Amino acid sequence: MANKQVSAEHFVAPFDENSVLGVDAVREESEPSNLWLDAWRDMRRRPMFYISGILILLVIFVAIFPGLFTAEPPNDNCLLVNSNGGPAPGHPLGFTRQGCDIFSRIVHGTSTSLSVGLLVIAMTTILGILIGAIAGFYGRWIDAVLSRMGDIFFAIPYILAAVVIMSVFSHYRSVIVISLAIGIFAWPSTARVLRAEVLRVKNSDFVMASTAIGVSRTRILWRHVMPNSIAPVIVITTMSLAAAIVAEATLSFLGVGLPSTFMSWGNDISQAQSDIRTNPMALIWPSLALSITVLAFIMMGEVIRDALDPKARATR
Amino acid sequence: MNPLLSIRDLKVDFPSQNGPVRAVDGVNLDLFPGETLAIVGESGSGKSTTAHAVVNLLPGSGFVSGGSILFDGQELVGATEKDLEHIRGRQIGFVPQDPMANLNPVWSVGFQVEEAIRANGVATGKKEVRAAAIDVLRRAGLSDAEVRLKQFPHQFSGGMRQRVLIGIGLAANPKLLIADEPTSALDVTVQRTILDHLDELTRDTGTSVILITHDLGLAAERAEKLVVMYRGKVVEAGPSRDILQNPLHPYTQRLVAAAPSLASRRLSSGITKTAGGADFDLTAVAAKRETRIAGSDTIISVKNVSKTFTIRGGGFKSTPFTAVDDVSLDITRGTTKALVGESGSGKTTVARMLLGLESVSAGEILIDGKNVAGLRPKELFSLRGRMQPVFQDPFGSLDPLRNIAHTISEPLETHKVGTRAERTARVRELLDQVSLPWSISSRYPGELSGGQRQRVAIARALALKPEIVVLDEAVSALDVLVQAQILELLTELQDELSLTYLFITHDLAVVRVIADEVVVMNQGRIVESGRTSDIFDHPEQEYTKNLLDAIPGANIRLGASLS
Repeated sequence: MANKQVSAEHFVAPFDENSVLGVDAVREESEPSNLWLDAWRDMRRRPMFYISGILILLVIFVAIFPGLFTAEPPNDNCLLVNSNGGPAPGHPLGFTRQGCDIFSRIVHGTSTSLSVGLLVIAMTTILGILIGAIAGFYGRWIDAVLSRMGDIFFAIPYILAAVVIMSVFSHYRSVIVISLAIGIFAWPSTARVLRAEVLRVKNSDFVMASTAIGVSRTRILWRHVMPNSIAPVIVITTMSLAAAIVAEATLSFLGVGLPSTFMSWGNDISQAQSDIRTNPMALIWPSLALSITVLAFIMMGEVIRDALDPKARATR
Repeated sequence: MNPLLSIRDLKVDFPSQNGPVRAVDGVNLDLFPGETLAIVGESGSGKSTTAHAVVNLLPGSGFVSGGSILFDGQELVGATEKDLEHIRGRQIGFVPQDPMANLNPVWSVGFQVEEAIRANGVATGKKEVRAAAIDVLRRAGLSDAEVRLKQFPHQFSGGMRQRVLIGIGLAANPKLLIADEPTSALDVTVQRTILDHLDELTRDTGTSVILITHDLGLAAERAEKLVVMYRGKVVEAGPSRDILQNPLHPYTQRLVAAAPSLASRRLSSGITKTAGGADFDLTAVAAKRETRIAGSDTIISVKNVSKTFTIRGGGFKSTPFTAVDDVSLDITRGTTKALVGESGSGKTTVARMLLGLESVSAGEILIDGKNVAGLRPKELFSLRGRMQPVFQDPFGSLDPLRNIAHTISEPLETHKVGTRAERTARVRELLDQVSLPWSISSRYPGELSGGQRQRVAIARALALKPEIVVLDEAVSALDVLVQAQILELLTELQDELSLTYLFITHDLAVVRVIADEVVVMNQGRIVESGRTSDIFDHPEQEYTKNLLDAIPGANIRLGASLS
């Protein structure tokens, strides 16, 4: 090869002292960035973030201060004279069959739905994180036991399980009991997602580097592995909050949820169904409240998911 | 004679949020029939983009924004996809970079070769295609090609897969073959056989080759013409020997001075200076190092160590696999011991056992006379403070969610060294030692380049003032210039802090520059060990000789027209 005739002249690009940059110079102009900072910046550019954010804040506000939105008591001022009545001054959405103010019932039902949602995700997240992290990080028999346990819970549809639990404990129906009934069977999906992430992250070189420094296993799990694994859990949590609100409404609708003395959108929908021909609005308004709340949380979940997923960001 | 390929003023842009970014900026080159031309440059120099533009396989949203590519009298810029399909494969073959990712794992190798043959119109009809596929594999140098056709990519080694891909690239006897870093992922000895084979095939058929590589030694050895690219532009082009011996552009001078394969070459021919006045020279770094062996005591002693893993087979069966087999070595305090071997040689396992990250199956590892395996947790904890690793992958060895200051101070916090203010001062001092500005401390690893991350990893390793640093392929993933810089930094730090290095690498050229003593490993066993100069000048084992010969650039005669 070396003895082949070479048909080329030696070309050199013109150069001056500044034509070669320093090797590996540090970029100092940009803002610090990591996954979370980038995601936060990304989210703030999306209209969807503001729409769902404002809706969620509104729902929370209504749940905490229902009195600011309606002076009408939801249960105590029901007059049968108003049964299935249309909108009247001071009663913008009309009345139920019992003659109760629909708007007031919706406003006062908000806190029930939201409390159930929050209690359920608190439970699923705590259980899911603990079980998923421990199973993924420590592996071996601990993983085998915890994962099979998760599979057993996963195999039973949580709505069905909740129906059974609520029927058994029919004398103790309350917000806490219904949340427990939903949450106890809903954690495995969180645990599974986290376990998979932990398995991925724990084999990283930075985990090995920390081990070699002498950082304890527990500290590595919470300081290094968890922060790098938690992103999908946050997405799941936001969305399962919506699912929990729906589950409460479903159980109440089926008559195994909260007792009818509770203000709950599910109860309202259940009671309104018999009058669907004569007074459809009594059914539509609480359904709309439920849909908007659920939609807000699902939209927020999607915004977070898109912001956290670098692959999705690259294709945009 | 007309050139086969003539590129004029080629410009390639990639759109971004702040307007288009120019990746290739006015490149000119000519390639004549039968010639081999190498495009050399570091990552991001536009070398691959230029080659991809020729076959219009630009990644993502990149597009040619100007210039002309004339191939065999036909203009390729603006050619229709249909015309290009006719040219791709049939007239221009392409060998991709990563043999692991470029064969579809769910189809047999035969299916994929036959697919290429059919697409390129080499043969039609079931039998003819089959015969052609067998011929391709045979020409690619695979024995029992007929059996191999039915196998799947995972049954092939990396080198065999690359042979298949080269075979596919050459299946239609194209006039031009573009090989994009065809051997970067492979061991040096495999690299050599593959490139020899490529030379042979293209010489027989008179195919022109464009070889894209980051290794100047490899480029000069394999190609008669060289194009050096830097930041999207051609900075120097011409006959390889000419450029190597008389680099004129400051960037080329730097590249020549920093290439370990060439530095190793110069060292063995006794030349310690590069032609042209580069501001930095790897050979000078090597020459400055004094060999410190005599008089010091042994700090690490590995005695008859073995490591057996159990590989889970089907069902409940499991087979033992010996990764490290009866390895013994001593490391003298304050020196650098290199552990060299190809992939699967067990060198990394030795390092992990030394670091206590992997248990020892048999034998013992003594550090200052104490057995690592028998240490109580508390003793192991204090040993960790005296012995620190730096890993290969600078993208994986730093936690992406912790900023640089936190990362570097983690060992200090873990070992409860000093107050918060003292720790901050130490981080500042460490950043200074690895030549990084303090402003970097609030940044996250994702914002740094590979070389900068590796500096951070070195700073973290030095935080506790260790005596021993285990460098596991610590410079292998870096660009040549950055690699040279880190090697220089490591040498300086060793002088300053009298560190003991265990330097694990597959790259013998680097060993020549940095190590006092070498241990060559193969398949879990030690093949040969001794002083670096002895091993390089008088290797005794055939395996070592092969390894040394495979350093790219070994066939280049340097110095003949120098000095």
